Order: sequence, then C-alpha cells, then structure tokens
Amino acid sequence: MFSLFQLKKIFQLNDSFFYWLKITFLSLIIFGLILSLIVSPKDYLQGDTVRIMYVHVPASWLALMVFAAMGISSIITLVFKIRVFTIYAKSLAPIGFTFSLISIFTGSLWGQPTWGTFWTWDARLTSMLVLVFFYIFYILSWKFIKNFFVAEKYSSILAIIGLANLPIIKFSVEWWNTLHQPASIKLTEPPAIHPSMLMPLLIMFLGFSVFALFIFFIRYKTEVLELQQNKLNKALKK
Amino acid sequence: MTPTRKKRVTYFLVSVVVALILGKFIFNSLQKNTVYFFSPTDLSLNSETPKGLIRVGGLVKKSSVLKNKSEATYAFIVTDLKNDIYVEYKGILPNLFQEEKGVVVEGTLRDKKFLLGKTILAKHDENYMPPEVAEALKKTGNWNKKYDQ
Repeated sequence: MFSLFQLKKIFQLNDSFFYWLKITFLSLIIFGLILSLIVSPKDYLQGDTVRIMYVHVPASWLALMVFAAMGISSIITLVFKIRVFTIYAKSLAPIGFTFSLISIFTGSLWGQPTWGTFWTWDARLTSMLVLVFFYIFYILSWKFIKNFFVAEKYSSILAIIGLANLPIIKFSVEWWNTLHQPASIKLTEPPAIHPSMLMPLLIMFLGFSVFALFIFFIRYKTEVLELQQNKLNKALKK
Repeated sequence: MTPTRKKRVTYFLVSVVVALILGKFIFNSLQKNTVYFFSPTDLSLNSETPKGLIRVGGLVKKSSVLKNKSEATYAFIVTDLKNDIYVEYKGILPNLFQEEKGVVVEGTLRDKKFLLGKTILAKHDENYMPPEVAEALKKTGNWNKKYDQ
C-alpha cells in the first residue's frame, strides 16, 4: 500500500491493468445504461424524466467525493509535506470538475419539466455552483502560478477552504427548506427509492467510479512524467 | 515528529477551530436568509404583510383548484395543514402540479391571505417508485401519507 506513495510506482501499473480497468468500466456503463434507460420502470409522478436521475445522482456523488479526496490530500500536503498527495489532488481536480458540470447540467434538464424552471437560487443549487467555482479556481491556480511550490501552497489552501462547502451541499436540503428534494438514499434509513430503480442507480455509480479511477491513473501518470520532464529541462539548461 | 512538522500541525488545528467558530456564526446569521420559501404559517405569524416578491410553499389543498382554461388562469389554496393562503395565477402550470402535492409560488402578497402568483414551481419529494407499486400501495392501504409531501 505504502509503495504507491512513491511517485514512480505508478509505472508498475502496467498496460494490462489499464486494459482491464477499461473493460470493467465499459461493461458496467453498458449494463447500467441498459438497466436505467430500458429495463427500469417509469416513475409514478415524473414518468420517463426519472431516467435523468441515473446520471445526475452518480455524477453529483462523485463531484463531492472527489473534492473530499482533494481536500484531504491537500491537508496532508500542507501539514506533512508528502509531495505525492499534491499530485493526487492535482490529477483529481479535472475529474471532479467534469462531474460537477454534468451534475448541474443534467439537474437543470430535470428541473425544467419537473419543477418548471432550469435554475433557481435555492441553497442546494447555489452551494453546488460554489463547488464548481472552487474546482475552477483550483485548476486555474495551477495554470497561472508558474512556481510549483507556490502553486502547491495556494491550491491546497483553496481545496481545504472548499472542504467546508461539502457539508453545506450535503445538508442544505435538511437545514433549510429548498426546492431540491432531500436525499432518497441515507445511511440511517431504508431508501425512499424502489429497488427496481435503486439497482440501476448503484450500477451506474459503480461505472462512474471506475471511470473516475481510470482517468485518475492516466492523469497521475501524465503529471509525474511532466514533473520529470521539467526536472530534465532544468538540468539541461544548467 | 520533527519540530517544524509539529508546528504545522498546531497551526492547522488552531485554524480549524477558528474556522469552525466563525462558520457557526455565519451559519446562524444565514439561517434567516437561506429560507427558499415561507409556509402559510410563517406568514400568519408575521405582524405585517411582506412587500415585494416572496415565495410561499406548501401543499395544493385538495379540490381547491379552479381553472379557467380559455384564459389560462388558475386559483387554488396553498396549505401547510394549519394555515391556508389563496393564490391566483395566470400562465402555464408545471407538469407535476397536482392537488395534495408540494408547490412553491413566487409572487406578491395583496394581503396576508391572498397571493398574486407570478411563477409556479412544483416541488418533488424524495420518493421514487414505479406506477404499479404506487397503485398497489394505494389499494392495500399501505400508502404512506408522507408520499403526498
């Protein structure tokens, strides 16, 4: 486990590992899409609109989970100066950013036929938009700050501040009255969602997670290669 | 732990505590502003009629909806089962607008009991099920009242 903490160890994850990760992702997504778009029933109120949920909910979960991972990595970066965690956070950012965009986009597609509006400023939607901006600022801080160590510091601080937003997103629907409905799946209660709809949702979530992992490994490899390239360039200049 | 590392851990823990205290203050002051809609009871407790656009949320009272299809005007009652408020609205209703279901009306108050609706949003709850299951539950009398938000 700890060997993964060393930067270069990623190169031992060979091509067949990536191949099988890809196969797992594709089969989960195809299976999940068949279940959610064809096999699963309509909702008694929403009709076919409910099928948007099978993309919206996994994307939202992952957007939150990826940011949580980035925030925790950033704490370890700042406090213990273990450099791999910087690279973890940096490689995760675009993945979470994409998921948060998917979440907002599919949410508004669902909102129009269900609520009667694409967008409204309730606590859940607003805090989710704040998360998107945290992702954007995090990515931009790496783009604009040229010095690696300065960028590492400021991006980590940003991610740690953004961590405070996560419980706000999660509990906004309980603390305040919002247009967005409360969570259907809670750890403490039986789900308020029928098993025939829960199953495709969970499979889609698994598929999305494997996809996130797959992209993460590729991005991580790229980041490490880039670092080594920079080191080489500097050495050549001298 | 090295001394510098110890120092950083202390810095970090102190800033977390400070942030938590600050957060609590911000949270408390936000509590009033983050209300997306008022319930009819909230309004009846208010001594004066709020001016400008406000949102009122609750259930559409059973068999209270009056339609004038040719002019697309609607009148109905929003209730939180304690207090009622009368709503008049001209425009298109969202698909999920139904009696005994959640609704949020944005509009201006004429007086404490009468709201002139400008926008209507249907509120959806967290319950998802196929139509057959909903039917079966209603038939067997296992229909949970909370499904009718």
